[in-house]
Amino acid sequence: MIKSFSKPTEQGYYGDFGGAYIPEMLYQNVEHLRGNYLSISNDPQFQLEFDALLKDYVGRPTPLFLAERLSERFGSTIYLKREDLCHTGAHKINNTIGQILLAQRLGKKRIIAETGAGQHGVATATVCALKGIECIVYMGEKDIQRQAPNVARMKMLGAKVVPATSGSKTLKDATNEAIRDWINNPTDTHYIIGSVVGPHPYPDMVSRFQSVISKEMRAQLMEKTGSELPKRVIACVGGGSNAAGAFYHFLDEPGVDIVAVEAAGHGVHTGMSAATTQLGVPGILHGSKSIVMQTPDGQVVEPHSISAGLDYPGIGPMHANLYTSGRAIFMSATDEEALKWAFEISRVEGIIPALETAHAFAVLGQLGMKKDEVSVICLSGRGDKDLGTYMNAMNEQ
Amino acid sequence: MSRIKDLFERKKENVLNVYFTAGYPSLESTLEIMSALQDAGVDLIELGMPYSDPLADGPVIQESSLIALDNGMTIAKLFEQLKGFREKIHVPVVLMGYMNPVLQYGFEKFCADAAAVGIDGLILPDLPPLEFEQSHGAIVKKHALDFIFLVTPETSEERVRKLDGLSSGFLYAVSSSSTTGKEKNFDDVIAYLKRLRSYQLTNPVLVGFGIKDKETFGAVAPFANGAIIGSAFIKAISAGENPTSATQDFISAVLN
Repeated sequence: MIKSFSKPTEQGYYGDFGGAYIPEMLYQNVEHLRGNYLSISNDPQFQLEFDALLKDYVGRPTPLFLAERLSERFGSTIYLKREDLCHTGAHKINNTIGQILLAQRLGKKRIIAETGAGQHGVATATVCALKGIECIVYMGEKDIQRQAPNVARMKMLGAKVVPATSGSKTLKDATNEAIRDWINNPTDTHYIIGSVVGPHPYPDMVSRFQSVISKEMRAQLMEKTGSELPKRVIACVGGGSNAAGAFYHFLDEPGVDIVAVEAAGHGVHTGMSAATTQLGVPGILHGSKSIVMQTPDGQVVEPHSISAGLDYPGIGPMHANLYTSGRAIFMSATDEEALKWAFEISRVEGIIPALETAHAFAVLGQLGMKKDEVSVICLSGRGDKDLGTYMNAMNEQ
Repeated sequence: MSRIKDLFERKKENVLNVYFTAGYPSLESTLEIMSALQDAGVDLIELGMPYSDPLADGPVIQESSLIALDNGMTIAKLFEQLKGFREKIHVPVVLMGYMNPVLQYGFEKFCADAAAVGIDGLILPDLPPLEFEQSHGAIVKKHALDFIFLVTPETSEERVRKLDGLSSGFLYAVSSSSTTGKEKNFDDVIAYLKRLRSYQLTNPVLVGFGIKDKETFGAVAPFANGAIIGSAFIKAISAGENPTSATQDFISAVLN
C-alpha cells in the first residue's frame, strides 16, 4: 500500500499520530460519527448540496490572485488563495457548512462548538442560522473580553455564547467545556470542531471539508500557469485547518514543497510562544495523539501568540506527521514579524489580512524563491477582526 | 490474589469506593486523607492524579486538580509520598488519571513504580480498549496491576462484555453519560444497573457519578456491588480546616 500523507488509517492514524483517546462517555457519539461520516459525505446528494452552498452562500471558488508587486519584490511568482473572500471572512465556513449538513443527516437537533478568536464560532453560528438549528458556542472568558465584535456577531446570528470559566479561560478550556457538554448530551447534539484536531474522525473529516481549497488551487494553477503543481504551498498553522485544506491535494505530490508557519509569539524560546512543533513533544490532547506543548510532567501549558487563532498548545495529527516525517518544512514567525507583514501586505497588495495569515507571509524572504518558481500562499482570513490590534500598532508608531 | 479481588471475595455488596485528588487540599495531605478514609470504613480508595485538562471530570474535580498542580503534585512526587504507605494502609488503592502525564512519565515505568509502592489497579479513562489490547494491556498485566474500564448507559451489551473481559478488579459503571458531579435521575440509573446485572458479568460492578451522600449511596449501591463517591467528598474536604476530621464526618454520615 502506498503511504498517504493526507489520509489516515482506518483507526485514524497519520504515522504515529491520531487515534481516538476518549473516555467511554464519548465513545457512542464519536463511533456514530466515525461509522457514518464517509458514507454521508460521499453521497452524491450530500455533495450536490455541499457544492451548491459553497458556491452560492460562501462564494466559492475563491480567486487565485497573482500578487504582482509582492512577486516583483521577491523576484518570483506568488499567488494568493483568497479565503479571506469567503462569507464570514475566513476559510472556517468550508468546514461548518460540511458539518451542519452532516449533523442534519445524523438527525442532530443541537450544535455545539468551541472558539478562540471567535471566527469558528461565527462560522458555526452562521450555518446554524441558515439551517434553523440551535447553536451553543463555548468561548474562554478571557477571549470573550478580548473579542467583543465576534461575540456580538454570534449573538446577532442567534447563538448562545457560554463563557468557559475553568482553567486558563481560553481556547483550550473552551474545547474542554464543549467536550463536557457533548458528554452530558449524548443523543441530540453534534459537536462541530473547528480545526483538524480532536479524536478520529475529526481530523480527517475537517481536512476533507477544507480540501476544497487545494482542489480549486490545482484547477486555477492549471489555467494560469499551465501546470496544476506549484513549487510550494505556504500556510500558517495553529491547529492547522487552513493549512490542511491548502496542502491536502499536494501532500502526495513529492515535487511540491509544503511550508507550515507556526506562531513564535515573542520568540520560540522566550516562554511566550505557540510554536508547537518546536516546543512540544508527543502527547495526547483533546482526544488524539499529536505533538503537545507541555511541562516535563505532562501538564498542558498555555501558549502565547498575538493571534488568537494560532494560540493553541497542540497541532493536528496530520501536521504532526508532516513534521516528524520531514514531508513539510516547519518555520515560525514572531508577533512582531506578523504585525509588520500585516501592514506590508495591506500596502503592497491592498489586502488587509488576518493576523494569523500574516504569519505565513513573514517567512517569504527565507525560502530562497527563484524566478521561475510558483508559490501559493493561503490567505486564510481577512483582518477586520484584528483592527483593534492594528490600530494600537499604528498609534505606537 | 489481588487486594481488589480479595475485597470482593469478602464483601459483595455496599462496597464504598471514595475518590480524591492527590495533593489536594495541600501537597502533603494525601496520606493523611488515605489513612482517615481507611479508618472511617471506606473499602477502596481511588487516588486521582491531577491533570490540567481532565475531560471526563466536572468542575469540582478540575478545580481540585488545578489546586493540586499548583501545590506541586506530580506523578513522581506522588510515588515518593506513597513509598511505605502499605505499612499503614491495607485497603485496595487504585490510581485514576489521564494518559498524557502517564505517557510523559513512561507507561512501563509508571506501571512498575505503581506496583512497587503497592498500588493495586489503574483507571485511565482516555486509554481506549483498542490501544489497551494492542500494547498497553500486556505491560499492565506484567506488573500484576488490575485495570478498570468504564461503561455507560449508552454502551452496547456487546461492548460491555468486551470491556468486562478486558477489565480486572471491577467494572466502573458511569451512572449516566455525563461528567462527574452532576445530578441524576435515579430511576434510570437503577434500570441501567439491573440491565448490567442481567448480563452476569465476570467483574463486580461499582457505580459512580452523581453519588454524594447516604441517601444516594443507599439508592443505587444495592443494584451493584457498591458505589463510588468523588466530587461530594472533594467539596467536603475543601471546606474543612482539618482533612482528617472532615473525612471522618463525611464518611460516617454516608455509612451510619
